[in-house]
Amino acid sequence: MRKGTALKLNRFLATAVAAGTLLAGCATSTPATPPRSGGLGEVTVFAAASLTDAFKQIGKDFEAANPGSEVTFNFAGSSALATQINQGAPADVFASAALANMKTVTDAGNADGSAVTFVKNQLVIVVPKGNPKGIKALADLTKPGLKVALCAEQVPCGAAAKKALAAANFSLTPVTLEQDVKQALAKVKLGEVDAALVYRTDAKGSAADVEGLEFPESSQAINEYPIVVLKASPNKTGAQAFLAYVLSEQGIKVLTGAGFQKP
Amino acid sequence: MAADRHGRARIPLALLIPAIAGMAFLVLPLAGLLIRTPWATLPRRLAEPGVLAALGLSLQTATIATLLCMLFGVPLAWLLARTNFPGRRLVRALVTVPLVLPPVVGGVALLLVFGRRGLIGSWLDDTFGITLPFTTAGVVLAEAFVAMPFLVIAVEGALRGADSRYEEAAATLGATRWSTFTRVTLPLVAPGIGAGAVLCWARALGEFGATITFAGNFPGRTQTMPLAVYLALETDLQAAIVLSLVLLTVSVAILAALRDKWITP
Repeated sequence: MRKGTALKLNRFLATAVAAGTLLAGCATSTPATPPRSGGLGEVTVFAAASLTDAFKQIGKDFEAANPGSEVTFNFAGSSALATQINQGAPADVFASAALANMKTVTDAGNADGSAVTFVKNQLVIVVPKGNPKGIKALADLTKPGLKVALCAEQVPCGAAAKKALAAANFSLTPVTLEQDVKQALAKVKLGEVDAALVYRTDAKGSAADVEGLEFPESSQAINEYPIVVLKASPNKTGAQAFLAYVLSEQGIKVLTGAGFQKP
Repeated sequence: MAADRHGRARIPLALLIPAIAGMAFLVLPLAGLLIRTPWATLPRRLAEPGVLAALGLSLQTATIATLLCMLFGVPLAWLLARTNFPGRRLVRALVTVPLVLPPVVGGVALLLVFGRRGLIGSWLDDTFGITLPFTTAGVVLAEAFVAMPFLVIAVEGALRGADSRYEEAAATLGATRWSTFTRVTLPLVAPGIGAGAVLCWARALGEFGATITFAGNFPGRTQTMPLAVYLALETDLQAAIVLSLVLLTVSVAILAALRDKWITP
């Protein structure tokens, strides 16, 4: 038994060494990449929670297209991420779900260059599968006895909801103001509320449990998603490459597939 | 005086150094809050109506949760300490689960039981039209869920440490088990119950994860101080620091006052 394992281990090590030599060979033939890591190295991306599914896919594609690179994500609410970055968190790229949160980072002088808007996202009404309460329009959410979850206005989805409701001139008292969009969605999935306002991408990502209903007033509150390389980035080359990949045709294709709109 | 005989020179360094390091580790983050507090704008920020509403709600819900925990937790601790029934060890392990459970998971678990579609929640909704999520009662429930184990453990420890010969003497003199409990056991472990209640209250006051998951966040109804701090952090670091400071000051003041009155033997 022991001997077999040792043999296997030896073979594994041999393969690894061979692969390493190959990678090193690649690195020397492309001078743009840092030769130390044999690729683009590790890229740390701080991204808005609503980008989770799309960016995970883009990260995988990027790693496949750039051997030797490794993308690590920190997904959270954009405002929490902006605070973390301004407090010195080690990140290479910041992708925000709203211009306001990007502005706190650029205003603090923590961005390298100016931010680029790469996608847009729009609110939809999300209801449990089958739409048991027969909700058709934004006005239906103001019906008495209906439980609605919104995001808190401190986070982008809540700010957008407030804008859309103001544009429609509706006053709506939700039962809860959730800390991020995924929490609002979870309350619908669990059946605790009858409806919530979330991004179209969130509704699309949970199509098995919920239905997303487009409403015209949401055009008054479209979120723009900016992305930027950070000044404190320890891996600028990798960061630039990742940003370029997000903006590339392949990157945008993944994002639009998830329900985002082109800017 | 005893204090002189056990003076500084007698304290072994092997205890003193880790003790000071431990204290610094616990106190430094508080100092960090104090250093970054925007003292100039403090009065204006404190006067904002949301702050007092959140503080009032926090104190109110934590106190009700503690009373509920005492009502159910003390008998539970007695059962674990003074009786012998099959599966007692398992029960003790189970009631302490909320200690190790991430509070957010606790909140989801509460939704699955007391939520609108939950095991008990759907019955409550159908029969009485009561729904607990997104209500102040829901906040109390979430806080009691995470805080009760602290009380149970403290009281059970006190019961095990108490001399059971007093209870036996009461029993031989003809007292029923109930009157032994109320006249002998309870006064005997009162300091333990006090300590447990304070721990329980402090834990309930700081509760965040289970509350925001089960009771949601709505100002004046379910937005307690920790939730207000978290949301302030989304946009305004200084506001978050001020809110944290308020919560800290109030809780330290109350704990210090209670400690002198209740717990010191």
